[in-house]
Amino acid sequence: MTYYEVVTTTVTLYAILSVSLNIVVGYTGQPHLGQAAFFGLGAYVAAALAVRHGVSFWLCLPASVATGLVAGLVLGAISLRLREDFLAVTTIGLNFVAIVFFEKIPFFGGSMGIYAIPLPSLAGHQFTPLDFALAAIALLIVTIAISAYVDSTWFGVSLRAIKDDELAAASVGAPVARYKIAAFALSTSIAGLAGALYAFFMSVVTPDSFGFTESVVILAMLMLGGVGTIRGAVVGAAILGAMPELFRFISNYRLLTFGAILVLILRFQPQGLLGDDSAVVLALRQAITRLRTTRHSAHPDTLIRHGPA
Amino acid sequence: MFVSSLIEGIVIGSLYALMALGSSLVYGLLRILDIANVAGLVLAAYVGQDVFSGTHSLPLALLAGIGSASTLGFLLQRLLYRSLLGRSPIVPLIASVGVFIAFEELFRLIFGPYELNFPASVGLPSFHLGGNLVTGVELLIVLVGCTVLVATWAFIRFTRVGLTWRAVAQDRETSAAMGIRTSLVMGVVFVIGYGLAAVAGVLLAINYNSITPTMGDIPAYKVLAIIVLGGLGSPLGTIAASMLIGLSETFVAAYWGFVLPRDSIAFILLIVVLLLRPQGLIPGEPVRA
Repeated sequence: MTYYEVVTTTVTLYAILSVSLNIVVGYTGQPHLGQAAFFGLGAYVAAALAVRHGVSFWLCLPASVATGLVAGLVLGAISLRLREDFLAVTTIGLNFVAIVFFEKIPFFGGSMGIYAIPLPSLAGHQFTPLDFALAAIALLIVTIAISAYVDSTWFGVSLRAIKDDELAAASVGAPVARYKIAAFALSTSIAGLAGALYAFFMSVVTPDSFGFTESVVILAMLMLGGVGTIRGAVVGAAILGAMPELFRFISNYRLLTFGAILVLILRFQPQGLLGDDSAVVLALRQAITRLRTTRHSAHPDTLIRHGPA
Repeated sequence: MFVSSLIEGIVIGSLYALMALGSSLVYGLLRILDIANVAGLVLAAYVGQDVFSGTHSLPLALLAGIGSASTLGFLLQRLLYRSLLGRSPIVPLIASVGVFIAFEELFRLIFGPYELNFPASVGLPSFHLGGNLVTGVELLIVLVGCTVLVATWAFIRFTRVGLTWRAVAQDRETSAAMGIRTSLVMGVVFVIGYGLAAVAGVLLAINYNSITPTMGDIPAYKVLAIIVLGGLGSPLGTIAASMLIGLSETFVAAYWGFVLPRDSIAFILLIVVLLLRPQGLIPGEPVRA
């Protein structure tokens, strides 16, 4: 039973990261190949506070969010000055620097990482794997809600405008600089929070769990599912996260598979599986339209009474 | 300490310049940040080591390495990059990242996860310079680095083929209209770019006597940093950025090593320079379309 809970928690954490990455990459159109660094930062801050200073799980969570927020504000401010491919390089570099700092800075515990992170408890009850799975799912729901809410606001509309044409967005009054920074900060705060949950869940953090390849894995999930959509981010994470579990032989070729998927998606289906205008979505939409039209032609009255609205 | 840091910095800077030159050429021509070039570097190190352990001939090993990496480069541009040319520059970069991590896994599966040695002797003597030992390999790295960089610069600057490269870099469509075979130019630049990475890979492996599947990680990020720092893919900018990073790393490691981890310095330089001069250190040749 524990096995399923562990897999659920892992996949759900990936989904949270993928949905949070979508705010920067999908909505705002900024390249970001360093999400794992912020995930790791949150995990390390939580682990160090819990193990070294005996801070409780419930106080580590806001601390990790705050760290992710501050780091995201800095990255967002830097992003304003950089052309898009230079920004991509900067975010790639972030991964390597984050690892170097995790390994070399004494506060972060060196190359052995930090271990024996105590289990969190709520009202005297220690967390079980099931509790972690539920907590992760709750966090995913909150993340999706925030992401969907953002998409429905003026803020979200402005982000998409920035993605399409920064100059045009600015000319209609969108505060481009502030909104870009806010998108980065929101995304990385969520990643920091997910990191804190991950640290307590694993009870150990090591530098190499948060490397460049993890950032690429998260991006591959988002790209496979469909950049710009929440459903794509979640489905992509579910597919790529569960695949090594469902097909044991893949776990030995994990990065090979993910790298190949990334290349194939970019080459042949850049919208991803479930992105807007992807083959699957178009086919579904066509099927639904066909279904509707046949029903409508069978009952012509319904057309008049309700209208196509 | 100053002289030894200076020597080490120049050696490392030359190595970085060699590693970055291939990607830098590709970037100059097509504005593609090609991290998969470093996969070519690691491939050449593995193939070179394999041939060397069979034949004990360094030239053969080098040739085999260059051949394998150039083939990879040619195939990648033919099968992948060419179809991504019209898209935003992020797309080929992410695709090359996918190629890079896939190859890292392939190296692990084919050559094993453990460290391989490359105990080749380069036939150059070690000598002392100001009380510091300079090994034959280090001397070779500096010599090869200088030769290759000057040769590449002169080739682009003075030959007719180099002229077609610059033309294609400026405007692909107009060049094609003028009768330049742009697809041939692209193929040649990838073959040469990956060949240069192969030379760097073999030298890197001999210098540290070590090859691992993930040996490309840190070089990949530094190569990207060097291209961006150096400006728009000009060989001179590449040299300047490589030397800047090589020297800063050794000097910071020697004097303030306890504060800043060595491999973070390239990144900090990258951020600082980009914030002060977003166009790079030496904007150089007008290679942007």
